[in-house]
Amino acid sequence: MALTLGGRQEARPPDVTKRNRKQRFGRQQLWIWLLLTPTVLLYGAYTVYPIIASYWYSFVEWNGFEAEKTWVGVQNYKDVLADDLFWNSFKITILFMLVVVPLKVILTLLLALLLNSPKLPFSTFFRTVYFLPVVTTAAIIGVVMQFVFDPASGPINQLLVTLGLSDGGINFLGDSSTALWTAAGIYVWKWFGITMIYWLAALQTIPDEVYEAARIDGAGAWHLLRRITIPLLKPFMIIITLLSFEAALKVFDLMLTLTNGGPYYATEVVEIYIYRWAFSATIPQLGYASAAAVIFGLFVCIVGLFQLYGVRAVQKARAAQ
Amino acid sequence: MTIPTTPDVASEPDADAPRARRPRRAESNKYSGGWFARRLPWWFAAALLLGGAFLWIYPFLWMVSASLKNQLEIFGAGLSLIPEAAEWENYSRAWNEANFSTYTWNTIIVTSVTVLLVVARCAMAGYVIGRYGFAGKKLVMVILIATFFVPTGYTIIPVVEISQQLGLLNSLTGMIIAMSGGGNVAAILLYAGYFRGIPKELEESAVVDGAGFFTIFFRIMLPLAMPITATVTLMTFLATWNNFFIPLVFSLSRPELRTLSVGMRAFVSENTTDWGGMAAAATISLIPLIILFVLLQRHFVKGFAGAIKQ
Repeated sequence: MALTLGGRQEARPPDVTKRNRKQRFGRQQLWIWLLLTPTVLLYGAYTVYPIIASYWYSFVEWNGFEAEKTWVGVQNYKDVLADDLFWNSFKITILFMLVVVPLKVILTLLLALLLNSPKLPFSTFFRTVYFLPVVTTAAIIGVVMQFVFDPASGPINQLLVTLGLSDGGINFLGDSSTALWTAAGIYVWKWFGITMIYWLAALQTIPDEVYEAARIDGAGAWHLLRRITIPLLKPFMIIITLLSFEAALKVFDLMLTLTNGGPYYATEVVEIYIYRWAFSATIPQLGYASAAAVIFGLFVCIVGLFQLYGVRAVQKARAAQ
Repeated sequence: MTIPTTPDVASEPDADAPRARRPRRAESNKYSGGWFARRLPWWFAAALLLGGAFLWIYPFLWMVSASLKNQLEIFGAGLSLIPEAAEWENYSRAWNEANFSTYTWNTIIVTSVTVLLVVARCAMAGYVIGRYGFAGKKLVMVILIATFFVPTGYTIIPVVEISQQLGLLNSLTGMIIAMSGGGNVAAILLYAGYFRGIPKELEESAVVDGAGFFTIFFRIMLPLAMPITATVTLMTFLATWNNFFIPLVFSLSRPELRTLSVGMRAFVSENTTDWGGMAAAATISLIPLIILFVLLQRHFVKGFAGAIKQ
């Protein structure tokens, strides 16, 4: 790499400049690594090393209190894969993803189409309001929502009683049949704005001239949407959906504060499962938790690969246009 | 869920609207003229969205309202959002007795130092990656991209372990370092892309004037990258202020190190019936974010939309 850079510069005959350049080149390399040092150290110790170390930990038995780690081979993996609760948490993570992502992607598209129209009054105001929950702290939203959905005095139940829709006392978050769906609803509300902004950014890539040309040809509003907007949005659809899948894997903050994984593990996503074994058990099982983390990490990796593949396909399609 | 369906209903006038309805409305409504009739479906959509907007921010309105009510009113007075008399007592309880003064202070320290560290290290790394070739560059890039999406739940155990060995667990310093070391790949790539686009002549003329590597970076390049710095600062600020997992595990045995997000959970598990105090504490934690967002909206939106414009 370094050689190509040096070689690209035009050759200058005098010997003096050559030595000068060599000197400066060496000093430059020093500066380069000096500027990279903070990233190499911090990122290396807190992201790269942990990824590798997780593999090592997953083969030992270790309670975290003592330094001693006992090699147990693949026993942790066997135990994790034999644990029904692990599969339960895996199932909930995927179910949650499958419910939340289509709901969010489709609803935000509809809203973005409306907001993108210059004819809609107050569109900036709406954009601000619908985006607002995104900037707030998920862990605090989780706590506040516990109260909003409280079975006895929460405003949602009070509203349902006032409207005569129920006798009150619906335990949205405390009943294992409704807890996950309530959490899904809150999640969609919380992260709605971010997907909406993605769609608005995507819509802005379509030049006005395209619409004008079609309108001159006599296309109506419905026609414009079906034949121009939707086809042009398709590549973005792939990226936005994949980004949403990726994001839906990270619900630890909201879930832990909202339901703590309960009731009866009904909302225990994989990250909470790992946390429970590693930090909130009376005797932490760090090796066991690491094995679960490695399996989860591989799963995330697969989703990530799909994403990379999707982005590549989109870039190719765009280049071909 | 009634809330998310609002835009669905509202989109109907969008789909088939202006052409189909224009003639009928124009006849029946003599005084408003064609303009109003044409805009009517849009005003209708706006009205629906307005209703949706109210539901959208209702949890925040309820939170602020509950923070000003007394216990009796919260449980008894039904749905009214306006408290009979402002009960500031809730705030002083949250601030003093529930230690939210400490939590706020911790959050401010942790966030500001982390933002500083992240911006500095990402700008430096981005500059080098964007403008220079060096041995091992490819490897650095591959590692950065490969680790782009690693979730915190995956790395948390070794992060705690390494912090313990370095003697940094259970300290704000450890919390700050752990947060500055995770993720932020997007910020590096953002800086790299920006620095790559700056013309070479600029650097060359600086070299002729006798400027060294250090001077070029700090005096010329970094000031030029101000827009990127603004975005990275804002995004890092938000991510750090809202971070939960790392502050949680770093303060498990030292409650006085809690940040706002962690303190909130502890508060409700200790005081399950203190709704007013809970609401006041939540308001204290969220109001700075909401004010900042309203002031700097455009930058926030730009920062988030960046992910899609590749």
